[in-house]
Amino acid sequence: MLALINKIIPFSSVDGPGNRTAIFLQGCNFNCQYCHNPETIKVCVHCGACLDYCPTGALYREGGKVQYDHTKCAFCDECFKHCPNSSSPRIRLMTAQDVMRQVDRNMPFIRGITVSGGECTQQAGFLYELLALARKKGLDTLLDSNGSYDFSKDEKLLNVTDGVMLDVKAWDMQEHLRVTGCSNELVLSNLRFLAEIGKLEEVRTVIVPGLFNTEDTVRQVSRALAPHLQTRSIRYKIIAYRPMGVRSEYQSLRSPAREELEKHEKIARAEGMRDIVLI
Amino acid sequence: MKPIDMKTVEEKRQEILSILKEPTYTHEQKVTYLARRAENFLTVLDEPEGLSELMRCDVEERCICNLFEGEAPYRPRYICPDYEKFFKNGSVFLQLDPPKDLFEALNNLLILYHNVPSITNYPVYLGDLDTLLEPFAAGLDDETIMRALRLFFINVDRTILDSFAHADIGPRKTRMGSLILKVEAELENAVPNITMRVSDETEDDFLLEAVQCALRCAKPSFANDKMFRPEFDKGDYCIASCYNGLYKGGGSYTLSRLLLANIAKRSKDLKDFRDNQLPYVMDVMARYMDARVRFLVEESGFFENSFLVKEGLISRNRFTAMYGMVGLAECCNILLEKECKQGRFGHSEAADQLGVEIMNWIDEFNLKHAAPYCECTDGHYLLHSQVGIDSDHGISPGTRIPIGEEPDELIDHLKNINLYQKYFPSGTGDIFPVDLTVHKNPAFVTDIIRGSFKLDIRYLSFYGSDSDVVRVTGYLVKRSEMEKLQKGENVRQNTTGLGLGAKDNCKALDRRVR
Repeated sequence: MLALINKIIPFSSVDGPGNRTAIFLQGCNFNCQYCHNPETIKVCVHCGACLDYCPTGALYREGGKVQYDHTKCAFCDECFKHCPNSSSPRIRLMTAQDVMRQVDRNMPFIRGITVSGGECTQQAGFLYELLALARKKGLDTLLDSNGSYDFSKDEKLLNVTDGVMLDVKAWDMQEHLRVTGCSNELVLSNLRFLAEIGKLEEVRTVIVPGLFNTEDTVRQVSRALAPHLQTRSIRYKIIAYRPMGVRSEYQSLRSPAREELEKHEKIARAEGMRDIVLI
Repeated sequence: MKPIDMKTVEEKRQEILSILKEPTYTHEQKVTYLARRAENFLTVLDEPEGLSELMRCDVEERCICNLFEGEAPYRPRYICPDYEKFFKNGSVFLQLDPPKDLFEALNNLLILYHNVPSITNYPVYLGDLDTLLEPFAAGLDDETIMRALRLFFINVDRTILDSFAHADIGPRKTRMGSLILKVEAELENAVPNITMRVSDETEDDFLLEAVQCALRCAKPSFANDKMFRPEFDKGDYCIASCYNGLYKGGGSYTLSRLLLANIAKRSKDLKDFRDNQLPYVMDVMARYMDARVRFLVEESGFFENSFLVKEGLISRNRFTAMYGMVGLAECCNILLEKECKQGRFGHSEAADQLGVEIMNWIDEFNLKHAAPYCECTDGHYLLHSQVGIDSDHGISPGTRIPIGEEPDELIDHLKNINLYQKYFPSGTGDIFPVDLTVHKNPAFVTDIIRGSFKLDIRYLSFYGSDSDVVRVTGYLVKRSEMEKLQKGENVRQNTTGLGLGAKDNCKALDRRVR
């Protein structure tokens, strides 16, 4: 089965514990205001708006489609910075075997893989294959998800997944709608379900002061997780919003000060969370 | 002894005077450099013909370098005492009984350190401090041990005035090993250098503690025990100076190095390099090292008179010498260019494979050359990938990829390293500054170490990219001390000056951050 691959990072220190190969799939069903990788949201419609911005001729039109030659690419990112469609022309179609060949190169230096996005669960059929291949090589498998996929109904996926790293963008439904354009009903039920069955590796919340009630979100998430920490230690990453990569219309959002971030840590700790990382 | 002419005498007098007057040298530094100038009035070595043309020539053409070792070796370059024996027997010469507790143990060590010479006049191996001290930990609480260790390490940093002084720990976790790491992370001193031996037996949490310490203060470095152990009889090796594997109770008589880039420059093409130039220079250097070893062993009197030998803390038959090289990267690039072939070292299979071939030629030569007084290493020298000195312009240390040309991806860098580190039992290594975000995921580094040590990677160092203590080429320097020296102030440690030179001339602090 083919998947749309945005990029593969051979060694990543920020996509789960230890050293991991991180695979970023294209396409996301959320549209978060502060998205740091808006070029991963949509699939390319071949409008060609990027062609004029490519300095090396890596992008060209052929057969009505925008084509990409990665050997010519300077990775200046000008193409997706000018994409009117929150996409990127640098997407490759790859099979699970193709991806696994690239992962293989990084062994034995990595302990596992993390599939991220976009929203990786949108291409679940590909995940079954890739994660099973990775497992066979003795690698552990983590998924990075916005929680919009009903994990409780996909045993097949859970069977090849060692853990999920879940984003909780906001606890309050109305706020979540405002931040992401989508409901958080499934997100919160996934939070509880995955914690209960010991498949929740990490939860992340991006702190954007004023955009939503960040303190309440951290409090409620921590409260929901605390009873399950006996089953498996769960890391809570509390991440300061930074304007890097964010679309120009949302650039007015504010980054929190260090003290504000630490206040959230205190809240999580008071609710019983132990493994808290501020970024 | 051959005579020297008055012109040379006059030049040397001027050098001596300028050392006396140098405002940035401390008294100890002046004494060291003056002693070297005195030694260099001598012409006692039975040098091979052609040496001067290859070694005492313009730096651009130099093919052999003796690292300023001096013209009349009167002590081995590196001495690695048997500290276990020292603890067991005490020392008659130093009037020390075997230590009965931690305080006596540390005091005895500090005294012995001041009586262990080396090329720098400071000890280059301080012992396997974790296992040496572990028996004295019983009955003491952590706070007491840490207080004693803190004073000990401050003493070492303030009195051993260069960071070639090297302590070893591991591979197994001990209480003392963990406390040493804790104290070192807190002190953030440049001295001593520390290496942790890592094997399959090394506990994950111990390795993690070590990585966390390294991200604070650039040490310990990590040695692949699985590779070193079979190379030294009974696994009885230590890591000394920068990263040199040597026998405990022995050491290295001397170290000279081939400047491969300049040997490539004087070659017409690859064939000339392989058939004529490289074999010629290798032979001259080997015979020069033979002469140095012979003078030291047969004439200097060191092995007859040193209390270290008399008390069995070192034995002549546990010494070898290090056959060094630098500039493999540039050598490959120059030769490929002469062959009109594409590719740069670290970025093309052709260049990397040429590097392997060159290393095989050097290795084969070394195994054919009968080296005097090297019984412990089967009558041969040990190859050494030398870390470079500040006068190496456009010549990279050992087999390293030039700074500024590191591959985009760390995986590609490691694959290159994996081709070359196996050739060097007496030392090689590479260094990676790591970004702060790793502070929250030190297991990123432990995974890289574990993976590397499953392969043929021998020795790795890491440091936090914003730390004050940084690893320059093999030794450690404090950035804050380099700044002082740059302003013309005196600094305590000799290696600060070397670090500043390497920073300015060799871009040593501009490595790609991972």
